[in-house]
Amino acid sequence: MILLTRKIEFSASHLYHNPDLSPEENRRVFGKCNNPHGHGHNYTLEVTVAGEPDPVTGMVLNLAELKQILEREVMQRMDHRHLNYEVPELAGQIPTCENIARVIWQLLEPKITEGKLHRVRLYEAPDLFADCYRNGSNGAARP
Amino acid sequence: MSEVLKIELGRRYRFSASHRLHSRQLSEEENCRVFGKCNNPHGHGHNYVVEISVSGEVDPSTGMIANLADLDGFVERHVLEAFDHKSLNEEVAAFREQVPTTENLCIEIFERLKSFPHARLERVRVEETSNNSFEYAGENAGNGREAVHQEGNRP
Repeated sequence: MILLTRKIEFSASHLYHNPDLSPEENRRVFGKCNNPHGHGHNYTLEVTVAGEPDPVTGMVLNLAELKQILEREVMQRMDHRHLNYEVPELAGQIPTCENIARVIWQLLEPKITEGKLHRVRLYEAPDLFADCYRNGSNGAARP
Repeated sequence: MSEVLKIELGRRYRFSASHRLHSRQLSEEENCRVFGKCNNPHGHGHNYVVEISVSGEVDPSTGMIANLADLDGFVERHVLEAFDHKSLNEEVAAFREQVPTTENLCIEIFERLKSFPHARLERVRVEETSNNSFEYAGENAGNGREAVHQEGNRP
């Protein structure tokens, strides 16, 4: 099995606020991420697809096609958007790395028909990221 | 969290420390042969990067597996305070007997962090330099996740 990883970057704003918590609780739990004016990040997304190379093309899937899927499903939805207000898939969720990674998995998984989506890793910053993968798989992005 | 999907939170930390690779069970010549310049009696240092992954339920009220402040505080207290700007051989009890290779460092850090109360520690990955990294998953290993030397040559 081959694992293929494609990386893209997008920039978006967000804030952490749970309307069920008091303003004090929100500040305590979310700290400066609770600033009502929001803030932003340069996100880096690594999408790993697993599969066997096609004997004719030598490819697990055509990278051009993967690029288009990522453009359509992720970039157009999230790049230069406010994740709290402009991404319906995140409505009602705190747009943490964990939740965004899961939403990206759910968006991509049905679209990747050659090979299988293996792992979504979303970096909010170089030192903070979330991984989403199928339970029971090891989540490794290296073969 | 959906049972079908697993979510992990990954976080990277840095510390700088010195060490010397030397085994009391080996002769001077053997130490020199096995550890090369890492056996220099005066020691040397690295800027280590520690990458830890934890898993658990994503709390719907916070969107988080674990609050970063809790995780950062735990790692600070249990690892960074003990290791940063220290001599691993002289100042970390585990390395009085064990050679402070990054393999052993991974295991020591895993042992120190596995009692984190708010999420499950999945694995610890330590970069000794940007060319060398080591990974340990304790009993979570399996499915190809063993303590492995990832790449490069030891400097």
